[in-house]
Amino acid sequence: MIHSLFLINASGDIFLEKHWKSVVSRSVCDYFFEAQERASEPENVPPVIPTPHHYLISVLRHRIYFVAVIQSEVPPLFVIEFLHRVVDTFQDYFGVCTEAAIKDNVVVVYELLEEMLDNGFPLATESNILKELIKPPTILRTMVNTITGLLMLLPLRHSPLRTRNPRLLDDVSFHPCVRFKRWEAERILSFIPPDGNFRLLSYHVSSQNLVAIPVYVKHNITFREGSSQGRFDLTLGPKQTMGKVVESVLVSSQLPRGVLNANLNPSQGTYTFDPVTKLLSWDVGKINPQKLPSLKGTMSLQAGASKPDENPTFNIQFKIQQMAISGLKVNRLDMYGEKYKPFKGIKYMTKAGKFQVRT
Amino acid sequence: MSTSSAFNDEKGGSSSVGEPEYGHDPASGGIFSSDYKRHDDLKEMLDSNKDSLKLEAMKRIVAMIARGKNASDLFPAVVKNVACKNIEVKKLVYVYLVRYAEEQQDLALLSISTFQRGLKDPNQLIRASALRVLSSIRVTIIVPIMMLAIKEAASDMSPYVRKTAAHAIPKLYSLDPEQKDQLIEVIEKLLADKTTLVAGSVVMAFEEVCPERIDLIHKNYRKLCNLLIDVEEWGQVVIINMLTRYARTQFLNPNINESLLEEGGGGDKKFYASDEDEDEDEEKDKKAEAVTMAKRKPYVMDPDHRLLLRNTKPLLQSRNAAVVMAVAQLYFHLAPKAEVGVIAKALVRLLRSHSEVQYVVLQNVATMTIKRRGMFEPYLKSFYIRSTDPTQIKILKLEVLTNLANETNISTILREFQTYIKSMDKDFVAATIQAIGRCATNIGEVRDTCLNGLVQLLSNRDELVVAESVVVIKKLLQMQPEKHSDIIKHMAKLTDNIQVPMARASILWLIGEYCEHVPKIAPDVLRKMAKSFTNEEDIVKLQIINLAAKLYLTNSKQTKLLTQYVLNLAKYDQNYDIRDRARFIRQLIVPTEKSGALSKYAKKLFLALKPAPVLESPFKDRDHFQLGSLSHLLNAKAGGYQELPDWPEAAPDPSVRNVEVPEWTKCSSREKRKEKKVEKPFYSDSEGESGATESADSESDSASGSESGSEDSRSGSESDESKEASESEEEEEEDLKTKKNKEKPLKKPVQESESEQSSEEEVRKPERKSKQSKSDSESESESESESESSESESEDSEDSEPELKKKKKGAPSKPAFKATKKDNKKEKKEMSLLDLDDFEPAPSPQVTPVNSFLSNSLVTDLEGLSLSDSALMPATIAPSSALKSYELLHRITGEGLSVEYCFSRQPFITDANMVAVQVHFTNNSTSDTKSLHMEDVKLQSGMRVKEFPEIELLPAGETATAVMGIDFCDSTQTANFQLCTHTRKFFVSIQPPVGELMRPFFMTENEFKKEQGQLMGMNEITEKLILDVKCRNEHAIVQKVTTAANLSRVPCGSDKECRFAGRTVTSSSLVLVTVATKDQGAAQLTVNCEKMVIGTMLVKDILLALTQ
Repeated sequence: MIHSLFLINASGDIFLEKHWKSVVSRSVCDYFFEAQERASEPENVPPVIPTPHHYLISVLRHRIYFVAVIQSEVPPLFVIEFLHRVVDTFQDYFGVCTEAAIKDNVVVVYELLEEMLDNGFPLATESNILKELIKPPTILRTMVNTITGLLMLLPLRHSPLRTRNPRLLDDVSFHPCVRFKRWEAERILSFIPPDGNFRLLSYHVSSQNLVAIPVYVKHNITFREGSSQGRFDLTLGPKQTMGKVVESVLVSSQLPRGVLNANLNPSQGTYTFDPVTKLLSWDVGKINPQKLPSLKGTMSLQAGASKPDENPTFNIQFKIQQMAISGLKVNRLDMYGEKYKPFKGIKYMTKAGKFQVRT
Repeated sequence: MSTSSAFNDEKGGSSSVGEPEYGHDPASGGIFSSDYKRHDDLKEMLDSNKDSLKLEAMKRIVAMIARGKNASDLFPAVVKNVACKNIEVKKLVYVYLVRYAEEQQDLALLSISTFQRGLKDPNQLIRASALRVLSSIRVTIIVPIMMLAIKEAASDMSPYVRKTAAHAIPKLYSLDPEQKDQLIEVIEKLLADKTTLVAGSVVMAFEEVCPERIDLIHKNYRKLCNLLIDVEEWGQVVIINMLTRYARTQFLNPNINESLLEEGGGGDKKFYASDEDEDEDEEKDKKAEAVTMAKRKPYVMDPDHRLLLRNTKPLLQSRNAAVVMAVAQLYFHLAPKAEVGVIAKALVRLLRSHSEVQYVVLQNVATMTIKRRGMFEPYLKSFYIRSTDPTQIKILKLEVLTNLANETNISTILREFQTYIKSMDKDFVAATIQAIGRCATNIGEVRDTCLNGLVQLLSNRDELVVAESVVVIKKLLQMQPEKHSDIIKHMAKLTDNIQVPMARASILWLIGEYCEHVPKIAPDVLRKMAKSFTNEEDIVKLQIINLAAKLYLTNSKQTKLLTQYVLNLAKYDQNYDIRDRARFIRQLIVPTEKSGALSKYAKKLFLALKPAPVLESPFKDRDHFQLGSLSHLLNAKAGGYQELPDWPEAAPDPSVRNVEVPEWTKCSSREKRKEKKVEKPFYSDSEGESGATESADSESDSASGSESGSEDSRSGSESDESKEASESEEEEEEDLKTKKNKEKPLKKPVQESESEQSSEEEVRKPERKSKQSKSDSESESESESESESSESESEDSEDSEPELKKKKKGAPSKPAFKATKKDNKKEKKEMSLLDLDDFEPAPSPQVTPVNSFLSNSLVTDLEGLSLSDSALMPATIAPSSALKSYELLHRITGEGLSVEYCFSRQPFITDANMVAVQVHFTNNSTSDTKSLHMEDVKLQSGMRVKEFPEIELLPAGETATAVMGIDFCDSTQTANFQLCTHTRKFFVSIQPPVGELMRPFFMTENEFKKEQGQLMGMNEITEKLILDVKCRNEHAIVQKVTTAANLSRVPCGSDKECRFAGRTVTSSSLVLVTVATKDQGAAQLTVNCEKMVIGTMLVKDILLALTQ
């Protein structure tokens, strides 16, 4: 299965290697570097690279490439999923998964990798089991983890969670602790939580349910032929948020290559434009329905060049507290098998995923 | 393997000495010599007495290894510490040892004795870790030691150690492939293991060592299917992939009949595009033989095939993308066409995961969309492209969108493509243009639209876009050139501006090929080209020669001189291809006295009608690789890839998967079973990551007397386990052995071979275990499975569950007491482990209190919950609801002996036409009852009875269970017989409710409707009813109906209708039940059945169940 693992940073240095079978020379990474050079963007490196004697399967997280070396047939997703699990574990242990954090905790990292795979086959990948085998680096962090764990989940033993409108959920996937048959039969989530934080369920609401997107965008971006100026006008507004505030709004966009600079005026928040990467980013903050945020101004174009024919797309990030836009509600939370009364609480939050507006 | 790795090492070692990266590594920050010094102080630290110093040194050494630095010179100093008491130091020493042992073989041998000691340690974790390190040391000389250690560990009582043994198998195999035969024996043994912890690891070992030995799977097939949901995620992937291959060798193609139907109707075939038709044609040819066979015999899915599909389906909901993909590929390769659709949703869900996951999933979706387009059509929008997607994802999504395009959605897709053409990513734009071309060739209706769109792109400012368009237009025009001379003219004009060689070449080819459509322009283009000939790229030059030749043949008057000129230029070109071409063409077209016969045919040669190119997906036919595999992704066979076999034309004998189950119960085993039941949590505890989860789960449920999700799948495996049990039993019960072997002659060879293989020592082991069983809970699980298997074996393990529990309820106090006693014992024994334990997560202190707590207050609570749980099981699987017991003999009339019976709803193994009746004896008297048996069976004509085996002894206060079979001939006539004890005889009778005369039969909604259509008129009975207030929802209806009759639910799109299907046990006549609900509890019940009597009675029973 997985033969070796190399961690490679953005500048192409191998800063950690681990072998689960006999040692594979790090020169195997040369094939990876070749692919990296060919790729225009860091994320364009193909996840699977065949080399004469090995296959390299890699994931990119936190600007670190995790490159696994494979010698024979194995489902690629098996390796990819495992590598992501490694990253999640590092994040869980060190708070962040950066080159510095990994280098600072190199012994713990090595021990973790040793426990997670045996002869290249996953052995222990659950965070709660790993934490019993290998202590997280600082006592302080361990304390914090235990306390939050206690508050949230530790006391629960047997907790059917009822959801109000199961038909709403088009597609769900579960943490292995959920008893699937119970869900199938009664639409009750019955589970015994593992220690620590974990994702119990993810769900998808089908497009038939027409969830209203809580933000709308009005835009007017024009380039005139023959002129070296372009007009830029962007206004954001909230939509059906049931009185909740749309906050942490961040708009970013890749402007056409012909744009030399942008001279814009935000009604609130701050904006930046990088003339090299042509990346425009506007940190809006909260949307006030009475006074809609807007970003207006002009863009200067390369003189003499023809007008760009592509229109930029806008990536919009936002958060809405105390609201689940999908309409999902937890009906009740029951706990069995513990004698004391637990603290129960639920917090709803809507966060934009990959939300893009084409112009 | 070992030689090549040694070579690698050398390279790795040398490169790391002169590491260029070394200098600018801030952490090491020294030069070479200081590094040496530091090694000295490391040695000093390792030699010191202080553990803290040793630990510090080891940490630094491990950090060096992690950075890829050579630390091999420290080997002697490190290896000394292998026996260090400090666990932290020891762990790091192991890490070092595994890394460098291969390079320092002699010194490594010094450590072996430590591990050998560790293998005998009473602590399971130490045993496991010793085996793990020992097997990771790649030193050939210790192969025999490893072999011995693995064999011993494979029969260790701790499942964790056995798991480690399974992991060690491929390690030893890669070190010395000659051990294969011996290792296969160990694999065979471990495959029979029933714990979920071992299952994944041993199948992994199987796949690495002997994937060709598919015969080893037979006996374990059903167990693996049933265990699957509780195996850890990674094991699930391996098992599912292996079972896919297995199923392809053992079952029949479920789509044989479908392809037959298509042949007849062919209705939806027209709907599909041309390239798919071809596909199907090929398929048909291949299957022609199989199809004719199918005509003779209608396809019936093997129940084991169904079992696999059913047990994997819930895993589509796994959080692990690899598991979801594994199930998806299983369904794609194994499921009937109508059922494959379920995987689409799950795969689309994965598209919201990391981009690497998306990349792999999209590759597979692309392959699937070629064969089964309809499946993904509803999710078209999920494949729309975001400007932030990485390029490789964009290209794959484009591929999928193109595959999904058909007449109905093409306009939407083209609109979407239009946006993509404006993208800044030019590679992506080029791919989009190609995609438009493919849509145009596949869908005739939009060909003109696409062509017009592409022509517009010819005036795009970006040259790459124009060039790509030209290439695509050329291909499209080839399909119907006569209609598009204006486009050709337009393109001819482009030669002035466009510089991309491929595009220029394409235009020239087009003009040459269709010069008759543009008679005026063509010579002019040639004139211009002749002028620029010397400056053109090679491919353009070749096309200029081509154009010249064609014009010469059609219009020699105007172009003769130009052609001569071009050919002369080409004659002296630097490129020999061009020179050759010129010479060859001149000979061919210019008639001379020497020119051969060929020149007569020059026109035919050059202007022959050329077939239009087929634009097809690069993913076409990729599905001959198993989906989800690396080989599929690369479209090339990777090392170690196991081919996915074609379906067999005739199914191999399905009985090879049968596992022996003695239908016989010893009274004393009753007691054991009770203990076993309560103890289960311990095993599940030690069963891996979700240990705690499982333990409390099964704990509460077993206490409350009903089944739980995770439990029932396990119990199935346990009954399968009887094989192992009978093995250990052999020594004890000689007389039984003969009996069993008579019953199941098939089983015998396996048993023998197993005992032959295992060394003497091993044979002795189970014996010892069963003796110890009272005290040693862990080994008990093995020896005791025998008692479990008293129930008749079946694929629906759920069914056996409730009965077990009912029996338990009969005498709840005693087993509970015993369990606690046992717990205490265990607690004492395991105490030493507690500080270290990880896989044995403190079972006793946690479990015991919960247990007692439950027995007090929560029992009733949970009972209610889990009862409904069992009743509302997914109805397609098995309509197992709480089984109703009937009284056979009352306690008073039986003088202390009370007998109850119930219909276990499991197939009666020895005779498929019999209904299995489970008889439950309780001895309430103060004296023992002996030789319980049946006598003097009085039956109506045609009926038959298979008596239960005699129960020799039923001690006072004990209970026993036996199974008998009755063939009721599909009637509700009573079976009368005498129940005899050593002192008395009782007349008793069994009369079945009509609902028990059938067994569930799985069918799809369509099949149901089809069958229903054939059972109209007299065979259909309809009743209107008002539903009872409590059963006005779907689940309640399903529960009521499946309780009343042994039917299975038919999946149904509408929630207003519940459908059920079954077949009568004796004559296999179909029984179809439909409950259609209307407003305010009104409902209509329809029963379709060939046997009108059965139908009428069934209507009554169901009506009663639904209205009360």
